[in-house]
Amino acid sequence: MTVSQLRELLLGRKISAEEILSAHLERVHSSQLNAYITLNEEALRAAQETDRRISSGEDLPPLAGIPVAVKDNISTKGLRTTCASKMLENYVPPYDAGVVERLKKAGAVIIGKTNMDEFGMGSTSENSIFGAVRNPRDPSRSAGGSSGGSAAAVAAGEAVLALGTDTGGSVRQPAALCGIVGIKPTYGSTSRSGLIAFASSLEQVGTLGRTTADAALLQSVISGPDPMDPTCVMKSEADLSPEKGGLLGLRIGVPEELFGDKISDSAKTAVMKALRFMEKHGAVLVPLSIPELRYSVSAYYIIASAEASSNLGRYDGIRFGHSSQDHGSLAELCRNSRSEGFGREVKRRILLGTYVLSSGYADRYYRRAAAMRKRLCAGFEEAFSSCDVIASPSAVGTAPLLGQQRTDPTELYTSDICTVSANITGLPAISFPCGSGESSLPLGAQLIGRKFAEKQLISAAFAFEELTGGFENVIRSGGV
Amino acid sequence: MVEYEPVIGLEVHAELKTASKMYCSCENRFGAEPNTLVCPVCMGLPGTLPRLNKKAVELAVKAGIAMNCTIQQGSYQDRKNYFYPDLPKSYQISQSERPLCKNGYLDVLVEGQRKRVRIERIHIEEDAGKLIHDPQSGTTLADYVRCGVPLIEIVTEPDIGSSQEAHAFLETVRSTLKALDISDCKMQEGSVRCDVNVSLREKGSPSLGTRCEMKNVNSFSGAVRGIEYEISRQLRLLTARETIRQETRRWDDAKGLSTVMRTKENAMDYRFFPEPDLGLITVPEELISRIRSSMPELPGEKLFRYTEELGLKEQEAKIIAFDTEKARLFEASLSSKKASARTLCSLIVGEITKFLKDNSCEIRDMRLTPEELAELAGDTEQGRISSSSAKKVLKELLTVGGNVKEITKRLGLEQDSDPESIKKLVTQVIAQQPEAVREFRNGKTSALNHIIGLCMKASKGRADPAMVRKFAEKLINDKEV
Repeated sequence: MTVSQLRELLLGRKISAEEILSAHLERVHSSQLNAYITLNEEALRAAQETDRRISSGEDLPPLAGIPVAVKDNISTKGLRTTCASKMLENYVPPYDAGVVERLKKAGAVIIGKTNMDEFGMGSTSENSIFGAVRNPRDPSRSAGGSSGGSAAAVAAGEAVLALGTDTGGSVRQPAALCGIVGIKPTYGSTSRSGLIAFASSLEQVGTLGRTTADAALLQSVISGPDPMDPTCVMKSEADLSPEKGGLLGLRIGVPEELFGDKISDSAKTAVMKALRFMEKHGAVLVPLSIPELRYSVSAYYIIASAEASSNLGRYDGIRFGHSSQDHGSLAELCRNSRSEGFGREVKRRILLGTYVLSSGYADRYYRRAAAMRKRLCAGFEEAFSSCDVIASPSAVGTAPLLGQQRTDPTELYTSDICTVSANITGLPAISFPCGSGESSLPLGAQLIGRKFAEKQLISAAFAFEELTGGFENVIRSGGV
Repeated sequence: MVEYEPVIGLEVHAELKTASKMYCSCENRFGAEPNTLVCPVCMGLPGTLPRLNKKAVELAVKAGIAMNCTIQQGSYQDRKNYFYPDLPKSYQISQSERPLCKNGYLDVLVEGQRKRVRIERIHIEEDAGKLIHDPQSGTTLADYVRCGVPLIEIVTEPDIGSSQEAHAFLETVRSTLKALDISDCKMQEGSVRCDVNVSLREKGSPSLGTRCEMKNVNSFSGAVRGIEYEISRQLRLLTARETIRQETRRWDDAKGLSTVMRTKENAMDYRFFPEPDLGLITVPEELISRIRSSMPELPGEKLFRYTEELGLKEQEAKIIAFDTEKARLFEASLSSKKASARTLCSLIVGEITKFLKDNSCEIRDMRLTPEELAELAGDTEQGRISSSSAKKVLKELLTVGGNVKEITKRLGLEQDSDPESIKKLVTQVIAQQPEAVREFRNGKTSALNHIIGLCMKASKGRADPAMVRKFAEKLINDKEV
């Protein structure tokens, strides 16, 4: 059920928030997906508060009584926040993230904290000390990552909505692999305060929902100014609810670089069919090229790792987080805590990031990546002179089997080609189901828009959803 | 024999006098209990973000303008990455590539000479916490109170040629920052610290020698000693034809020597990169012009004016010019035109400074007004009051207040310049000193001073000394006795 359906039932007193919560919790308890790391013991109280409001006839905030899952790298006051890392296995934040404050104000029932790749580093949600997340469409497969727990929970009805974080595609790619909608907003539209940093200049809190309107509603709730985050430049609240006619006259750019060799044929075909469908319903397809996209993955991994190596320095075993018992000196305490607390992929990125910032190498790597970032922004700018949005597959293919992580990490990194450019440029993007591939597994299409053009993206996805009879229909029928 | 000359550059860190810390709203105050005045932001808790303190930027801009710098628009902050337990985020937010202020200078007075020290940059950064090593238990304790306290770092070009010049520069910087209320500059509280870079080169050579950086210099006198130690150490090496290694040394002021902290090979790689959590800094032009137009005459400028125009001695002028309150008192009392700069200067530098020091208080705690100081100085100059009486009046003015005339009268200190009374006094003294009279008559002029002294003593300092002298000479020569 969608948020608006549930709200209607709540207002009509056909169901209570407590019943909604317990129905979701039942599914969580009987689930094999491993979507959650920690359940929120305060959820019941929040649901009861909604029920009290309803019975006393008070106004209901927009997410009243709606179970929302929160990715476990978003700080929740008094509720363990682990980043799926041994380093923060027992860390309980003393404050709420900006987006969590907004969720609470909107009456949401935070059901629990979702599983993920450790510190957001990965794209299969397997790099977690709590074990891998399974894909609800096929439990032998990955739910994608790093917000795999959030995507799986929403897709499986273990939550109505979920917050994810998107540093290089971590909302959009799992949304695509689980067959739901994922939004990565414009950099600076949501507060990062309380989001446990991986790559500060790239990441934003995004949303996942089973329908465009659901994800858009949640994104509206969490977007807006926060005095605790000076990079959050939004001056006012956003209404991102979809408008009718989102495809009429919409010029959709189709960059050849995002339909290349790295992308599976099924993904390319499904997305192209969806685009033709949109064309039939009023959109205009504009073939184009953004040559800088070829370097986007390299630039992304250099910038993201550089920032991560700095952001993750604070885990030294002294003030919070895992503290090694085995040490004879301060330096050893720091070294051993980090050696024991971080997983393999996190260590790899820290090493990579440290290297690219080192004196003598920074010019060759970090600064070149930063220069490439500017060029990519200019490339998109230019593309937007001939189109309104830019389309591509959301992922290189369907959900991979679990345990199939390639031994060559760069090959895995390459699979982020579809999504990283929106993070490097800070542009908003949406992923929505556009068909299915092998074994009827879902495939997603991505639209990237101009800065703060979320509403345009949402309206386009919403029009597609309406015209095709809903995303489940699209996935089931294999496409349009 | 080759002659060498030292080339010195300084990095001065000063804590800014803001109400709150650099990147959070915690109070910025010295001396709080360990690990109080902290919050998730300055403790570097996961997910926290810095928010730049506008007041800190304003104070840094003020320092930049005072030191003739260009204020750079679009300057930004960088992360300086290193691991140390007193640094909660494992990086210090500082400025590397594009500092807030650039290319300034400060003129300092060194032994009568005007010396220009160019300033390469002034940038903003945050302070770290402190580790306290307890030798008894062998444990280390961390105190994070100071984390996030706003700092400016003033970096000079290698323009300084001696420890005296370095000292003069440091004093000028400190007085400037204090006068503009930018920093307390309290050495003992560590609110101003400096690193010293020293190298030697052949005299007159345009190239620079290998430099050593000295850290942990916690006082200006320590800087002088450290520089002199480093100059002689390097000189010894060069004379012995040994090479100087580029290294960072730690100054131990108690032992009076420096030791190697790290060599060039072990130099820290701070992996600077632009702080992604903070944007570009834009300084409103209106703020810059407001600071510029409200910039008072700075201590360094005062020093030049006092010595060059008012003819004060360098050391005395410095005591006044570099102390905001003394300068204010001096200038206000000078403006009444009742007394000369020299007399006012000697009262302020002498009696007043001594009194303040003895009673460890400040001018603002005193009742003395500039008008009365001028009055008193004028009376002294005109000989209306003796210098010993002036001291007594000044003490009253400082502690109780009131006006000179009233105090002088109340304490019975008006000068006695009645010829009859003086004549009587001198006559009495001469009568009791036949020996001195005889000596004087035999040509021993100092005997006269002895007699004058006794007269002054007998009058409790009230007798007009000039008149006493006149009568003494006259009476002795008249051979009336």
